[in-house]
Amino acid sequence: MITEIIGTYLVALCLLIGSGFVLVGVVGLLKFNDPMTRLHAPTKVGTIGIGALLLASIIHTFVRGEPSAHELLIMAFLFVTAPISAHFIAKVHIHSRSCVAPPPPAHDDTWATLNVPDADREIKEFKPE
Amino acid sequence: MTAATELMNIALVVAFAALALGQILAMVRLVLGPTSGDRILALDTMVINAIGLVVVLGLHQKVQIYFEVSLLIAMLGFMSTVALARFLLRGDIIE
Repeated sequence: MITEIIGTYLVALCLLIGSGFVLVGVVGLLKFNDPMTRLHAPTKVGTIGIGALLLASIIHTFVRGEPSAHELLIMAFLFVTAPISAHFIAKVHIHSRSCVAPPPPAHDDTWATLNVPDADREIKEFKPE
Repeated sequence: MTAATELMNIALVVAFAALALGQILAMVRLVLGPTSGDRILALDTMVINAIGLVVVLGLHQKVQIYFEVSLLIAMLGFMSTVALARFLLRGDIIE
């Protein structure tokens, strides 16, 4: 009985933490004024926000008396794929020159991500008619 | 028990409201977004918020069946983000 009460409080706490981080991340996505700065804000949504919501779901299955930890799969998948998609979006930003370019490297003539044929270096910005 | 469940119901409502507001704000960034990278990022954030909404819905209805739904959304969201970024980078998805 007492463990159920503690578990329910933990579920509520995890839900509140998760929704707080989701709000912070999305407001950051909306308010920051540089593409690379905007890239860092929604990572809080992906890791702590959704992580806390999934943790609340796991704890709630234990409170209900039918314990399962399926949600750990989603958590692991999200934690593995979030850096990869962030890396791809950062690459799009660098190639479309929409951020401050990094200084030239000391030894090579250019950075590895830009070391491609000239036709592939620049991304022409898509403009809807 | 009643105080705890009361608090959990309030937390569920707060989580629903925060996630719905997050979807709306991400959609504003999707419409405004000056560069294509910002639009991809806003779509990625919307997918992650959708996972959160499905998880909180499963918590609210006290059922387990929404697990597969959120796992599928997570996989499709990752694939679509990578495919969009790849399309912008190379002009093609599978070369």
